[in-house]
Amino acid sequence: MSFTKLLLIWPGSPVLSMLIWIVVMVVLLYLARTPAHKAIHSLARVIHNGFRLMSRSVMLAEEKLAQRNKEVTLSAGIESVERLIEREFHRVDAVVKRDLSGYPTLHRALSDQTTKIDEDYRESSETPPPPPSWVGAVEAVANLPSQGDGTVANILNEIHKTTVSQYKTAMDEHRKAVAERHNLLKKMMPYWRRMAQTLEQVGKTITGLHERARVIDNRMTEYEEIREQTDKAARMLTASSLTQFFISGFVLLIAIGGAVINFNLIALPMSEMVGGGSYIGGFKTANVAALVIILVEVAMGLYLMESLRVTRLFPIIGQMDDKMRTRMIWITFSILFVLASVEAALAFMRDQIAADMQALRQSLAAVEATGAAVNSWIPTVGQMVMGFVLPFALTFVAIPLESFVQSSRTVLGVIAVAVLRWLSFFLRLLGNVSHYCGELLVNIYDLFIFPPLWVENLIRDKKHPTEIIIEEEV
Amino acid sequence: MKKYLALILVLLPFLWGCPDTTSHSRGVYMLLDTSGTYTKELKRAEAIINYLLGTLQPGDSMAVARIDSGSFSEKDIVAKMTFDKRPSVANQQKRLFKQQIDNFVQTAKGSAYTDITGGVLQSVEFLNEAGAGQKYILIFSDLKEELVKGHIRNFPIQVDGCNVVALNVTKLRSDNVDPREYYKRVEDWRARVEAGGGNWRIVNDLERLENIFEG
Repeated sequence: MSFTKLLLIWPGSPVLSMLIWIVVMVVLLYLARTPAHKAIHSLARVIHNGFRLMSRSVMLAEEKLAQRNKEVTLSAGIESVERLIEREFHRVDAVVKRDLSGYPTLHRALSDQTTKIDEDYRESSETPPPPPSWVGAVEAVANLPSQGDGTVANILNEIHKTTVSQYKTAMDEHRKAVAERHNLLKKMMPYWRRMAQTLEQVGKTITGLHERARVIDNRMTEYEEIREQTDKAARMLTASSLTQFFISGFVLLIAIGGAVINFNLIALPMSEMVGGGSYIGGFKTANVAALVIILVEVAMGLYLMESLRVTRLFPIIGQMDDKMRTRMIWITFSILFVLASVEAALAFMRDQIAADMQALRQSLAAVEATGAAVNSWIPTVGQMVMGFVLPFALTFVAIPLESFVQSSRTVLGVIAVAVLRWLSFFLRLLGNVSHYCGELLVNIYDLFIFPPLWVENLIRDKKHPTEIIIEEEV
Repeated sequence: MKKYLALILVLLPFLWGCPDTTSHSRGVYMLLDTSGTYTKELKRAEAIINYLLGTLQPGDSMAVARIDSGSFSEKDIVAKMTFDKRPSVANQQKRLFKQQIDNFVQTAKGSAYTDITGGVLQSVEFLNEAGAGQKYILIFSDLKEELVKGHIRNFPIQVDGCNVVALNVTKLRSDNVDPREYYKRVEDWRARVEAGGGNWRIVNDLERLENIFEG
C-alpha cells in the first residue's frame, strides 16, 4: 500500500479525503494550541536571550577595547608631549647657554658703562653762577644820589662800568663752563647708545625665553589634560593619530616606490653574481638577493635612526650609553655606505649588461647600430648616483614607519571598536527579529485554526456576555 | 637562551636558502628539415633561431640539428649549448651559437630523405640529459617523412613532458591537389606525439613566434 493510497481516506474522491485530512489537522492543531504556543514562545525566547547575551558580551568587549584604545592613545599622547616638552627645555637650555652664559661679561660691561656715564654726568653737572651779592652792592652804589657833584657822578660811572665789565666776564666764564658740560654730555652719547644696544640684546634673549616659556606652558596644559584623561584629550589624540596614519602611510607608499626602483636597479646585475638560473622557492635567487640587500639597507637605516634617537622603535638601542650608541651609529653608517657603494657598482654593471644585451639583440636582428649613442655616460652616471643615494634615502623610512606603527595601533583599535559595535547591534537586531518571529508564528498558527477559534469565541460570548461588555468598557 | 635557540631553529631553513630542486630552465631542440626544396627555407629558420637566442635566459639549453636521411645521430647536431648562469657569459655563448648557425646555413646541402622521427628521438635524449624543466622540440619541416629503405620508424615514440611545436609547415604541391593529405599528415603527427605523452602545437605564422612558448 503506497503512501498516496494511505492518504486517500475516501476512495475515489481525493478532494473529500483532503478536506477530511484538513479538518483532522485543524482539530489536532486546536487541541495542541496551548502547548504549541508555549513551545514557540520558549524557542523565540531562547533565541532572543541567546542573541542578547551575545550582544552584551560583544558590547562588553567593545567597551574594554575602547578603554584600552583610550589608554593606548593617552599613553602615546603623554609620551609625545613629554618629548615635545623635553625638546623645548633643551631649546631653552641652548638659549640660556648661548646667550646668558656671557651674562657676567655683559654685566661687567654694563657696570663699566654706567660708571663712565655717572662720572661724565657728575663732571657735566652745572656750576651755579656766583652769588649775586655784588649785584646788590652795585644797585646800592647806583642808587646813591650824585646831587650834582661831578666827582661822585664820575666815581659812580666808573663803578657802573667796572660792574658791567665784571658781569660780562662772569657771563663769559659761565658760557664757557656750560659749553664744556655740553661737550661732556655729547661724549656720553655713544655710551648711552652702546648701553641701549646691549639692553636691546638682553631684551631679545629674554623675549625668546618668554616665548619658549609660553610654548612650554601650552604643552604643560595639554599634558595636564592628557594626565586627567579627559575625553577631549582622547578625541584630539585619536584625530591626530588618524592624520598621522594616513600621512605616514602615504610617505611609506612613496618609500615603497623608491625601493621598487632600487630593486630593478640591482636585480639584473645580481644575476651576474649569484647566477641567473637558480631559484629559491619559485623566486629567482638574483631577485631574492636584491630584495635582501634592500631590506638590509632599510634595517640599517632603522638602526641608524634609532641610534641617532630620531625614532624610538627599539628601546634597547635608545637605552644604550652614549659611547655604545656612537659606535652603533658609525657601524650602521659604515654598513650603509658599503651597501650604497655596492649598489652604485651594481648599477654600473647593470648598464654594461644592458648595453651588451642590446648589442646582442641588434646582432641577432641583423640591425646595424646607428652611430654612437649621444652622451651615453649620462644614464650610467645617473644610475650610479641613484644606486648610491637611494639606500640613504631609504634610511629615512624609519620616521614614517614609526608614525605608521604607532598610529596604526589607534586606528586598528578604532576599527575593531566600530566592528564590535556593529556586531553587537546586529546581534541585538537578530534577537529582536527572533522574538517577533515567535509572535508571528503564534499568529500564523492561530490563522490555521481560525474555525475552531471562531466557534470558541462564539460559545464564550454566549456564556459570559456581561464579562465581555465590562471588559470592553474597561 | 631557549628562546634564541628556538628562533635560530625556526630561521635555519630560511638561512640555509631553501634549495629549490625543481628545474626552471628551458631546453629547446630545433630540427631543421634540409630535404629537397626546404633548404631554401633555412633563412626563415635562422630568423627563428635568432629569436630563440634572444628569448632564452641564462641557464637554458639549446640545440639545433638537421633532419636528413638518418637523423637519430649526434652527428646531425649543428650546435648545442647550455648557457652559463651569468648573463655576460651567456651573451658570449649566444654569439658563438649564432656564428655556428650562420656557417651551417651558408654551407647546408639538401638531403635525399627526411627522417623526422629519428630527429625527434635524438632531441628527447638531448633534452633529458640537459635536465631542462620545460622541454621544447621545434620541428621546422613540412612533416612529410621519407625514409631510407630498411629504416624502421613506425613505432610509438616517447615524448613525455615535451612540447612538440611544428613550425612553418608548408603545403606541398600534392597538398594543393588534395588538402586532406596535409590535414592527415598533421593529424598523424599530433596523434603520435600525444600518444607518446607530449603536447602538440603548430605555429605557421612566423610573425608570432612568442606562441612557441605559450601553453
